[in-house]
Amino acid sequence: MKRLLIALAAFACIAAASDPSERMADPAQEARARNLFRQVRCLVCQNESIDDSTADLAHDLRQVIREQIAAGRTDAEIRAFLVARYGEFALLKPAVSAPNAALWGAPILVLLVGGGLLVLRLRQGAATAALSPDEEARLAQLTREERD
Amino acid sequence: MIVELGAFALILALVLSIAQTALSAAGARRPLLAGAGEGAAYGAFIALVVTFGALIHAFVTSDFSVANVANNSHTAKPLLYRVAGAWGSHEGSMVLWCLALTGFGAAIAWFGQGLPRDLKARSLAVQGALGALFLAYTVFASNPMARLADPPIEGASLNPLLQDPALAIHPPMLYLGYVGFSVVFSLAVAALIGGRIDAAWARWIRPWTLAAWGLLTIGITLGSFWAYYELGWGGWWFWDPVENASFMPWLMGAALLHSAVVTEKRGALPGWTLFLAIAAFTFSMLGAFLVRSGVLTSVHAFAVDPERGLLLLGILGVAAGGAFALFAWRAPSLSPGGGFKPISRESAMVVNNIVLTAAAAAVMFGTLFPLIREAIDGQTISAGPPYFNLIFVPIMVIGLVLLPFGPMLAWKRGDALGAAQRLGFAALLAVGAGLLTLAVVSPRKALASFGVALGFWLLAGAVAEIGERVRAFRVPWPEVRRRFGGLPRGAWGSSLAHFGLGLFVLGACFETAWKIELAEVMEAGRSVPLGAYELTLDKVGVVDGPNYLAEQGLLTVRKGGKVVCTAEPERRFYPAGGQTTQEVAICYRGLDQVYITLGERRATAQGQPAWLVRGYFNPWVQLIFLGPLLMALGGAVSLSDRRLRLAPGQKSKGGRKSREAAA
Repeated sequence: MKRLLIALAAFACIAAASDPSERMADPAQEARARNLFRQVRCLVCQNESIDDSTADLAHDLRQVIREQIAAGRTDAEIRAFLVARYGEFALLKPAVSAPNAALWGAPILVLLVGGGLLVLRLRQGAATAALSPDEEARLAQLTREERD
Repeated sequence: MIVELGAFALILALVLSIAQTALSAAGARRPLLAGAGEGAAYGAFIALVVTFGALIHAFVTSDFSVANVANNSHTAKPLLYRVAGAWGSHEGSMVLWCLALTGFGAAIAWFGQGLPRDLKARSLAVQGALGALFLAYTVFASNPMARLADPPIEGASLNPLLQDPALAIHPPMLYLGYVGFSVVFSLAVAALIGGRIDAAWARWIRPWTLAAWGLLTIGITLGSFWAYYELGWGGWWFWDPVENASFMPWLMGAALLHSAVVTEKRGALPGWTLFLAIAAFTFSMLGAFLVRSGVLTSVHAFAVDPERGLLLLGILGVAAGGAFALFAWRAPSLSPGGGFKPISRESAMVVNNIVLTAAAAAVMFGTLFPLIREAIDGQTISAGPPYFNLIFVPIMVIGLVLLPFGPMLAWKRGDALGAAQRLGFAALLAVGAGLLTLAVVSPRKALASFGVALGFWLLAGAVAEIGERVRAFRVPWPEVRRRFGGLPRGAWGSSLAHFGLGLFVLGACFETAWKIELAEVMEAGRSVPLGAYELTLDKVGVVDGPNYLAEQGLLTVRKGGKVVCTAEPERRFYPAGGQTTQEVAICYRGLDQVYITLGERRATAQGQPAWLVRGYFNPWVQLIFLGPLLMALGGAVSLSDRRLRLAPGQKSKGGRKSREAAA
């Protein structure tokens, strides 16, 4: 019960920040609506979500989304509706799809390639001859100096 | 007359930059010509100072016969913004860019006495070529001094959102940072031409990297702070293309700072350090192109025609393409440098670089991929904050978790167990802070509590970094004191920067997860709760500004019935451009802020006048801006390290002497 109350309090404060004249009566539904607003682009604005924008179109889109939530549609259905109507452009989170493979994959590829190169470099380093005890002692002395 | 003098000086700077390139290139083997090349570098800088001065003069005196002034200034504008208007437009900002570029050229000539003569001459040649490219673009495609045949009586004014003290100094800082990387770029290309990349070279690029990166940090922070209080919805980072444009060189610069240390101390990774040195300025130029080409929509972009964008793309292609081609040709012959074990400082630095590069790749793809996709199949897509939160943040988290281990490891072969032991206290503190946050702060959020733990982990790690260097708890106390006094500035700088990063992480997580928002239509006399605070709208008055009219709300903020501050948010109307803006009122409460905006006028159900008031309680938000400033301070402290200012031959002697003096 307490958990539910905390969750509701969280909803309430998310819901409270939208324009009171637009707000839905049910705080849980309003919180869902705002969560969706943050993922939808204001199509005529420079680069804003409809949650932030004061443009008329953003206002209309917010209303459409609220109506759909009130009608009992799921978030996925609403997103699909927006994509059907305005194209993928409307969603701030691009779909994980084949044409977007580079978008989602490139940073991970950099991590993997970088890691691979590091391993390769370490192998190479290990293959080159080990130091003589004399060199080791000199190195230890030098690194001590460096770290001071 | 002064305007014509400025226009003449601009062309003179272009000619001098070309002369600088030719003389310096020929001067790599002939000292006399090299000296002439240096003279040309000073001359180009002085000429641009004249141009810049003339431009500011035109703005201050509101000379509307100059197209640039007529389009961007207004007689009613306060003096500061008339001066700042000089770099608020596309043309003016190009002059600022060129001023920085030639200024850094003059700085190479002035501060480069320690450089080998041929490297210095070649760097000046490259720097001159960069200057010539951008100056030619400014002279031929965006002349800031062009006159109007038919001058208007009044100017079109600067966008009121840009009339702000933070934004007046933000572009100069940002540009000094962006363009600072040009020196590193020039030194890299010069070294590639000469074919000598060694520890000494890595040491020479370090001060320039530190300076550029530090200034860029300040510039980005100011821009973020401006967006935070000027755009009026409490956000401080929007993953906007223009923000991303400045963030990419920052990430590359941060990677370069670390890899240059490896090359300097161990002679390892010279190729990679060179690559980063070229990449950092390439991203700076990419940023300049993105902001001006109009290919991306953004809240901050200059409205410019695509033709100019194409020219900038050409400059980017010539400069970066040439440098990378040279790199591809010369890099295979570089020696790989000393070997190292998987657990070592070198490995830690490489991991740092992989993470930062992957993060930069995420920012780059998120910014540019929509354009690529549109070119491929005509489909327009958006990559906004949800994309970056999903990709960029996890990548950085990997880096942040590993960060404190780096300074604990020895070069070449580190001791994993020892490092873990020395970080035991930091780990304990972090886990404790995370659990405490999860238990005490409501609503409970596991991810954000992890973020808080991560912040404390970084803070404690930064302190442990100093502890490790002075061998705290391992050698007798007087020895620790002696070591403490003799610590090089570089060590303090690194620790400070890492500490600042910890503060930022802490602030960002806490603010994002636990901010409280409110929007209410309020009539005078009404009170509403905002978290532990209570906001009361006392009255709304009308204010006559220098170049605007405003409705000003007077709100009292109370906590537990006691007045903690009064807030005066405004809704301003600028008749010159017909725009309306919001002026945020902020109550500073320790690390927290109560942030209030006054919205449009409405009516209550009873028909009384009322206003849409938005209030935000932003806990620990101060840390988001303090952290990066501390990072920049760390950069400045490192920059003041004596070792960076000495020629390599003097290094060990000077270092020892200063250590003895300190002891």
